[in-house]
Amino acid sequence: MSAQAPPPIPTRIAPIQTAVDILDSLPGGSVVLSKVEYLLNWSRAASLWPLTFGLACCAIEMMAAWAGRFDLDRMGVIPRATPRQADCMIVAGRCTIKMAPIVRRLWEQMPEPKYVISMGSCATCGGPFYYDNYSILKGIDQVVPVDVYVPGCPPRPEALIEGLLKLQEKIKAEPFLRRAVPA
Amino acid sequence: MALRTEELMLNMGPQHPSTHGVLRLVVTLDGENIVDVVPDIGYLHSSVEKMMEYRTYLQNVALADRGMDYLTALANEEGYLLAVERVGRIEVPPRARYLRTIMLELQRLSSHLVWLGTWGIDLGATTVFLYCFRERERILDLFEQATGGRLHHVYFRPGGVYEDLPDGWTDRVLAFCDEFLGRVDEYHELLTGNPIFLARVQGVGVLPRDRAIAMGACGPVARASGVDFDVRKAFPYEAYGELAFDVPVFQEGDCFARYRVRMEEMRQSVRIIQQAIAKLPDGEIRSKVQVNVKLPRGEAYARTESPRGDLGVYLVSEGEDAPYRVKIRAPSFSNLFALTEMMRGWKVADVIAILGSVDIVLSDVDR
Ligand code: SF4
Repeated sequence: MSAQAPPPIPTRIAPIQTAVDILDSLPGGSVVLSKVEYLLNWSRAASLWPLTFGLACCAIEMMAAWAGRFDLDRMGVIPRATPRQADCMIVAGRCTIKMAPIVRRLWEQMPEPKYVISMGSCATCGGPFYYDNYSILKGIDQVVPVDVYVPGCPPRPEALIEGLLKLQEKIKAEPFLRRAVPA
Repeated sequence: MALRTEELMLNMGPQHPSTHGVLRLVVTLDGENIVDVVPDIGYLHSSVEKMMEYRTYLQNVALADRGMDYLTALANEEGYLLAVERVGRIEVPPRARYLRTIMLELQRLSSHLVWLGTWGIDLGATTVFLYCFRERERILDLFEQATGGRLHHVYFRPGGVYEDLPDGWTDRVLAFCDEFLGRVDEYHELLTGNPIFLARVQGVGVLPRDRAIAMGACGPVARASGVDFDVRKAFPYEAYGELAFDVPVFQEGDCFARYRVRMEEMRQSVRIIQQAIAKLPDGEIRSKVQVNVKLPRGEAYARTESPRGDLGVYLVSEGEDAPYRVKIRAPSFSNLFALTEMMRGWKVADVIAILGSVDIVLSDVDR
């Protein structure tokens, strides 16, 4: 064991090699002290499985975010088609008043803790369909609580990735074990 | 003694990964067999036809991108603007006509790639999706360079297009075209020679020719059932009358025929793009039209061949700067209702394969 100072603990998710380096540089080898809460939050943030709620145009950009060029899988974000396996819900696109109860119902079916990303202006506030329109819901935050808003019409896949990273930051800062559990 | 069986009602959707949007199918099953399918639509009704009455002719171009079929934004602009130009007797300069044709065909490629990729996922072949989106990203890059947008372009204007091409754009398109022909062969290798794929699509979901006509099916769906009709040939618009291309027609009417029609259309689109670039004239890209254009009283119906089929726009003007009424004849809508004919008698596992082969976009169905 050399006596060099351990490298600073990275704040973003470290690649496996960095983790191994940290372990190796510690005296004695393989023990890391951390808070249980930090560890739980770290693992939750690093494996967000979203329910892909594609409603309209934004869903195409969401699909592109999982395809070859942008490849969301490398962030541990794996699309799920059922709410029961999901941690967060990406609502991509405009939501009609006819669709609103279904968005709510799927959100209710997700297990706690759950998060919602609103992708695109339509999901955020009605977007281009705000005025003179009788059928579009003016923002899905009228039916479900939203954690991260991603603006754009449609947002580029990079914007969605940034939104997911923001959600990871939020998750990591959460008092997970001390949170108030809803009844 | 025969077992007594009961019919089962099964709800598919509206949140289902393979309905390609928000569609609810009420499937009546007898054991494994489909007795009836009733599509329940309206989950994405965005009331664009009404909204268009409150916006100027120019603002409506942006609305046509979003409110209609979102995979084919430029084809919607084309349908809408063709109607505007007919009512207002607005001339489009030759260069703009060719630019529009190139863009429309690139749009057809990108739309068919999304269809192929998502259908591949529906049938359990994720590789196809990754391959298709790789090429699609290149097309979107080309769009971005020329129009500024990836999905919604707002590039066409009454009387022309918004901007001329950036330097070297046509060379990049030609390079892409050459490469893309090889890619189409690659897709064929992945799918057409694959026995699992063939078993799921060949002979499945047959739509006979007379039923296709009776249900008003259009576009690739009708051409796979032996209806030799393409608006680009029958009522040429833009530069299609001056370019040589074939319209693929197949007689079988099954999912495999619909697949082959679209694959062949991709090759023909490449052919059209190459010719259009070779013939691309110089000159004006936009005729002199006021920004806030007022059209004279009148009405017009414009028919175009969008990637999904026969897209019609009926426009009535009362002499204001906004249309009095816009009616959109959506290709996905009539194709969706031909679905019932295709599905009856097949097994429940074929629902996904048949639905994917029709290639509907729900925002086009509901408008
Ligand atoms: S924000 Fe724009 S791209 Fe997204 S669903 Fe709404 S209209 Fe479509």
